[in-house]
Amino acid sequence: MLRYVVRRLLLIVPILLGLSILVFFWVRALPGSPISSLLGERATPQLVQQYRERYGFDEPVYKQYFKQLKSWARADFGTSIATHRQISDEIKQRFPATMELAIAALIFAGGIGVPLGFFAAKKHGGLFDHASLFLSLIGISIPVFFLAIILKYIFAVRLGWLPTVGRISVLIETDHPTNFYVLDAIITRDWNALWDVLKHLILPAVALGSIPLAIITRITRAAVLDVQNEDYVRTARAKGLPPLTVDRRHILRNALLPISTIIGLQAGLLLSGAVLTETVFAYPGIGSWLRDAIFNRDYPVIQGGILFIALVFVLVNLIVDISYAIINPRIRYS
Amino acid sequence: MRRIALKFGLIAVAGGILLATLGLGGASTARPTLVYGGSADPTYLDPALVSDGESFRVTAAIMEGLVYLKPGTTKVKPRLAIRWKTSGKGKIWTFWLRRGVKFHDGTPFNASAVCFNFNRWYNWKGPFQDASATFYYQAIYYGFKHNEVAGLGAPLYRSCSARGPYKVSIRLRRPSGTFFPSLVVSSFAMQSPKALKQYGADEGELRNGTFVVTGSYAFSHPTGTGPFKFKSWTVGQKVELVRNGDYWGNKAKIDRLIIRPIGTSTGRLQALQNGEVNAYDLAAPQDAATIRSNSKLKVITRPPFNVAYVTIHQGGNSPMNDIKVRQAVAYGLNKQAVVSQFYFGVGKVAKEFIPPSLPGWSDKVETYPYNPTKARQLLNSSSCHVPCKVDFWYPTGISRPYMPDPARNFQAFSASLEASGFQVTAHSAPWRPTYVAKVNEGSAGDLNLIGWSGDYGDPDNFVGTFFKSPNPQFNFQNPAIFNVLTRAANEANYAKRVKLYRQANILIMKYLPAVPYAHSLSLLGAEKRVHNLIAEPTGGTFFQYVTVG
Repeated sequence: MLRYVVRRLLLIVPILLGLSILVFFWVRALPGSPISSLLGERATPQLVQQYRERYGFDEPVYKQYFKQLKSWARADFGTSIATHRQISDEIKQRFPATMELAIAALIFAGGIGVPLGFFAAKKHGGLFDHASLFLSLIGISIPVFFLAIILKYIFAVRLGWLPTVGRISVLIETDHPTNFYVLDAIITRDWNALWDVLKHLILPAVALGSIPLAIITRITRAAVLDVQNEDYVRTARAKGLPPLTVDRRHILRNALLPISTIIGLQAGLLLSGAVLTETVFAYPGIGSWLRDAIFNRDYPVIQGGILFIALVFVLVNLIVDISYAIINPRIRYS
Repeated sequence: MRRIALKFGLIAVAGGILLATLGLGGASTARPTLVYGGSADPTYLDPALVSDGESFRVTAAIMEGLVYLKPGTTKVKPRLAIRWKTSGKGKIWTFWLRRGVKFHDGTPFNASAVCFNFNRWYNWKGPFQDASATFYYQAIYYGFKHNEVAGLGAPLYRSCSARGPYKVSIRLRRPSGTFFPSLVVSSFAMQSPKALKQYGADEGELRNGTFVVTGSYAFSHPTGTGPFKFKSWTVGQKVELVRNGDYWGNKAKIDRLIIRPIGTSTGRLQALQNGEVNAYDLAAPQDAATIRSNSKLKVITRPPFNVAYVTIHQGGNSPMNDIKVRQAVAYGLNKQAVVSQFYFGVGKVAKEFIPPSLPGWSDKVETYPYNPTKARQLLNSSSCHVPCKVDFWYPTGISRPYMPDPARNFQAFSASLEASGFQVTAHSAPWRPTYVAKVNEGSAGDLNLIGWSGDYGDPDNFVGTFFKSPNPQFNFQNPAIFNVLTRAANEANYAKRVKLYRQANILIMKYLPAVPYAHSLSLLGAEKRVHNLIAEPTGGTFFQYVTVG
């Protein structure tokens, strides 16, 4: 197991290297540059040339890449051209926000999707099954940003039940020792802040979790349908075990393997979905930060942000793979 | 089936209870606090090191300059200086300072504090001489004591001497018309010498070409004399200021001022509708009707501080070398129709290149109302007879404050020019990266659409930028215009300077190096219970007199 983990960790290096090449050249292939974004109408040819020299954009691209690679090797993500802030500082500040949102979305998707899929399979062919299929189809079809706008309009703007923007009300004064606001509120026992943070999480988490919810529902349904006709399930039933025990010990546990795979994959995809959700809800995470960077053609931020997300994605998948062995003792890595 | 229905019923009831409990929403606001929506975080809170409006919005509430613009206008008024005089042929400026003023850290504001600030700027070295660090200092004062960066000019500033605790003289190396009016810019606000030294305000470096502040002053210790004191800044969430109870003048009417960044105008509008902000800036013109339709909300307008214009490029064999053709262009552009149809009610037809709020604006300039018959007559008596062929460029993929819909502006202008005897060939390019570069280097046809948003409240920032010297964008030679604008920029006497700019505007609109066509107001949305929120023409917001409720 340890050898497997080490091998997977070592594999991260070529993955990130390949991605760094892709990202580096991709951002430079985008029309525009940070300079045109910075200067706007003031972009005289002389000024543009001055700025190109200052940021080293006048050098051959391969030289720029190797220079950048050296910085990344030193774990130096660089500095934002637009905001002048250190990218590592921004990540420290913003990643907990995105993580918190992704976890909330995953709890929403898994917490509803697994039971929904389970009951749909149990009532296979019935009204509940058809309804869950219909809802999951809608969930997959609606673009995240559109759902986010609709949810925000109904529950925040029209009904006024939930906040429209941010992570916490600006009028609440509380400490943030970890920058995970839910955790912070629990640590500091500030229940007012906890309630407020949760309210700010509901709409973005529902919007972000809608597609994973639909996928998890369908995968759970399919997995449960597969498992519940297995011989060992029939044997368990024939032995006279109570239905709840059969469901919990034999069906759900065996169905969990594909579900955990899909949850792991969705965890990574949630990070990319956060770009849209965070923009709609002005949620100060990695997603809205990357969106601003793309608009400003802020090369260091786009590169650093995407590499960081890729690293998280790879690590999440590694954790999911390891979790297989825990969920299903028949799996052994060597 | 019944059990399923029961389960759904229970879920619905539970959901209803949950949502009803959430009914307090985001609208709970203790008073007196003003929560204001901006579009982004500040860059730094040391105004000498920034040039963006979001930073100035905060620093202008914390720090004050020797003079300021009377709220809502562009008239220069006393602030930390109570009077001033020039001598030495405009090279010496003496200021008498307000007594009894203290910085927020309790240290006194006096002549030595003024000299400390001026000398701080003048003595900057290394990375602080980068344009991304000290944009406004370089725009006004040109150079430093020891220039270390290629392209910096000879410094304007010479020295500062305290002539008593409350009298200070600033010596310049040459007379300047921009020195005094630029003192209203937040970059030249007075900051506490003690706090600047204590919190490493002058610690910074260039990282991969980007200037980065490394001391803590600009993040967590900005210290001025203003009506609000800095409390905290959480990046991405809010900047919080509190009322300065020891303020020397009229104290603020609110206890807390919270400025929160919300990146999209829709997001800011919805936050206002939901009571999460009391007011916000940079409302989209198309949202004005939505705001007005809500009985609890109102729209506040900011006087225009920009101009949209049609460049006329001369030179070579261009038909535009002929004044009659340029006049025909001016008469052939249906400015009123464009402003009425494509500016969502926030545009005004421009008569000249500077907005009416700026000194030097003249009502005696030549005007060119749409008149296709006159345009045709002019063309037929010119070197380019009807149909006169012109290449006309416009940008794609962009909406600017002064030009919300360039493609439609172009279509309307193109049609009116065709009706006026021109044969228009349309060209377009994406704003980024090609269009602006083409316009600035003079390769965007005979005519093109472009504009300008002002940086600070001085006419030189508009007409001086375009027409003070030969400029490849327009490619014309008119010594009379160059001369009067150069004299105006160097004229220290305010009244004479204003007169020179009026003269320049008359000359420009007679010679027609370009045709201005629109000034656009910018909008703020606010709750009706927010009073005395003043939108500064230069882009800021004056919070001192705000009341809520």
